[in-house]
Amino acid sequence: MKLNRRRFLKYAAASSAVATAGALFPGVSFGNWQNLTNNSGIISWQKAPCRFCGTGCGVLVGVSDGRAVAVKGDPNCSVNKGLCCMKGYHSVQMLYGKDRITTAKVRKNGEMVEVPIKEALDLVAEKLQETKDKHGKDSVAIYGSGQWTIPDGYVASKLFKGCLGTNNVEANARLCMASAVTGFMTSFGIDEPMGCYEDMDHANVFITWGNNMAEMHPVLFSRMLANRKRRTNVTVIDFATRSTRTSQAADKSILFRPQTDLAVANAICYEIIKNDWVNWNFVNEHVSFHKGKTNIGYGTEDHFAFKDKAESINFEEYKLFLEDYTPEKVEKISGVSARDIKYMAALYGDPSLKVTSFWCMGMNQHTRGTWINNLVYNIHLLVGKISTPGNSPFSLTGQPSACGTVREVGTLTHKLPHGVVMKEHHREMAAEIWDVPVSNIDPKPTYHTVEMFRALDRGDIKFIWIQVTNPMVTMPNLRRYRDGALKDGRFVVVSDVYPTPTTDVADVILPAALWVEQEGMFGNSERRTQHFAEIVKPPGEAMSDTWQIIEVAKRLGFEKQFPWTQDDYIGKIWEEYRKFHAGPKHEMASYKVLKERSGVQWPFVNGKETRWRFNPKYDPACTNGKEFDFYGKKDNRAWIWARPYEPAAESPDSEYNFWLNTGRVIEHWHTGSMTRRIPVLHNAVPSSYVELNPEDAAELGVVNGEMVKIISRRGEVTMPAQIKGRGVPPRGMVFVPFFDESYLINEVTLDAFCPISKQADYKKCAVRLEKA
Amino acid sequence: MPIFSYLAMPKSGAKEVLCADLAALSNCEVIPSDNQEVVVLVTDTPDETTEDKLQKSLNNLQSLQSLSLAFGYDDQEKQ
Repeated sequence: MKLNRRRFLKYAAASSAVATAGALFPGVSFGNWQNLTNNSGIISWQKAPCRFCGTGCGVLVGVSDGRAVAVKGDPNCSVNKGLCCMKGYHSVQMLYGKDRITTAKVRKNGEMVEVPIKEALDLVAEKLQETKDKHGKDSVAIYGSGQWTIPDGYVASKLFKGCLGTNNVEANARLCMASAVTGFMTSFGIDEPMGCYEDMDHANVFITWGNNMAEMHPVLFSRMLANRKRRTNVTVIDFATRSTRTSQAADKSILFRPQTDLAVANAICYEIIKNDWVNWNFVNEHVSFHKGKTNIGYGTEDHFAFKDKAESINFEEYKLFLEDYTPEKVEKISGVSARDIKYMAALYGDPSLKVTSFWCMGMNQHTRGTWINNLVYNIHLLVGKISTPGNSPFSLTGQPSACGTVREVGTLTHKLPHGVVMKEHHREMAAEIWDVPVSNIDPKPTYHTVEMFRALDRGDIKFIWIQVTNPMVTMPNLRRYRDGALKDGRFVVVSDVYPTPTTDVADVILPAALWVEQEGMFGNSERRTQHFAEIVKPPGEAMSDTWQIIEVAKRLGFEKQFPWTQDDYIGKIWEEYRKFHAGPKHEMASYKVLKERSGVQWPFVNGKETRWRFNPKYDPACTNGKEFDFYGKKDNRAWIWARPYEPAAESPDSEYNFWLNTGRVIEHWHTGSMTRRIPVLHNAVPSSYVELNPEDAAELGVVNGEMVKIISRRGEVTMPAQIKGRGVPPRGMVFVPFFDESYLINEVTLDAFCPISKQADYKKCAVRLEKA
Repeated sequence: MPIFSYLAMPKSGAKEVLCADLAALSNCEVIPSDNQEVVVLVTDTPDETTEDKLQKSLNNLQSLQSLSLAFGYDDQEKQ
């Protein structure tokens, strides 16, 4: 006690002096405490990316006595320039929740029993091998997340695809940004945004498409608002299905009916063409026109299969297609006035304005997610507002390494670190780098995420290893998948940091290192790779997810492919992985450079980061000698797609008369397994709720805090009402945050998905309400 | 067992030397600013004799322009 008290006094002494310095020297910074030789260290500071969303804020983690005790924004990180949001500032507290999992557990006679981690890893390897031998290679699977570090995802892919020979590798990012990927691939032939956050410092108009940035990407949102304050010619338009804090801060809020963003985007294109706002030089030189299949289904049935087929069309055919989307016709479908549609079209069409569009889950968690991504690109391509500072269609990501680990490493069933399993030369490249026979890598993808959990339910998959995610809260139509995981003959391994509904269904729980308890890298929304060191030791027997996989791989006899030691494995893995991306289109920084800097954007060529792709002023991969080079497609053009409006998989009717929309709140991260252990965040929003329109609430006879039963064709949940809270849905819609495992709203949602991306739609299903 | 914190101002251009001089002294912890010519010094001495010796050492530092007290605490005074 004496020592702790004294240390506290010394910390107070230092804080007083730092505060005094702040009064005397405005702007004074003590950010580099850790660099001082002989600093006996009241607090030492080391850089890391924030653990939470996909923004990729740089933080400095303060450590005292081997414990992370403080966080501040990293002034050297261009993403956030020293600023954090409330989750970032309190993030280190997530390391020290009272119920942290520190030992392995194994189910014995129905009870979870603590065992040494070595014994648990032996059992995982034994069960994996036994299942594969008995039921075939595709009976085993691994399911990770966009919170996997890059090395986590890389070794998972190498073990399962390269060594075990199954493509049963998926990640929760399938449910988070797969439509963004297929949007990029179909429009540009190459994944990830062409722009960067610097676009915010140049754009005159920001349009948020179904994207509550104020709560989901607050640091970026504040940068946008700071630009509006600093510059006189900046306008923010919020285009959404419910009023949020983003709507409140915007210059104009425009509400549309769920799913009709497809029609509105087409109407904007119609107006651009009608008013001759098309940038013909750009279109003639850099764009080609295409159409795909229509009436493509919703994937609600098992074994659903769909393959799109692109057909070339000409501009006149595209123009004819848009005749169905006059602003007046679309007003009737969408509820957006023709005047507002024309207003948005005029902003995109005005050649004197630079326009950036932002979106995230609203467009991606959509049964036509690929299409709506295509359609927003169409708008930017028609007016040539792309790949230049301030002109950016920008898909934000939700998780810290959805881009870095899932999209770039390729931890999806069809993907490899470079390319796809279907292409022979991509398999050959992987086999050579992985030192495995090329025949090991199966050319046929297996299960995307929803189908993977259906396969577990059916019994086609019998062994699943789940790392860094909580699917027993997040899977849509949840009850089916939880019941499936609990069936006889299934073996579920869960690596996690706290008990969750997913550890509840586990046969083995492996204690995982969390965030800065391990070395690793994340990749953020703007192609930025961010390294972090092991800053504090993991508790008990917890170990990194990467090392857990390596331990199992070694037990399965793959020492040759996993030869590393715990002293140097992250650096070695990184240098092996970045071979996949060699070349000007995706060159990654070396391990040494990543360690030194607060993030590096790829392509990183000759020591230079690439801010805007497809533009030869910035992008070294451009070789065609023109103003732009859309080198992802074989025709060297960006593709405009004729994609129609099609209704949602399930819409309100006379029996289920409300839309259900789900999402997040600023205080909590995903399922709350970390943020609900941070007292200040938990106390701010201690439980979930259902947002109701005040008039609907009055009709139902409920007031704030009264319980409401939400019923769908799949399940029901009863939870407190929130009326006139931070968000207000329009009449006929309710909104529920999904962070609270006490209210499993995904027992109510529908497992329909975009047939192209296979990303589920968490924003639209039909429910009815009862006063409980 | 006093604990003090100070703002230490180096002589012109001598911040790095001052940091090294202070870090070399026992019972001192040093936090330099990374953008201004100022250093935070925290001292923690076990008794009055050691504190007196430290004060003399600080007074003799050639790299030090001035010391401004920001925080002080002494167990003995409390008793």
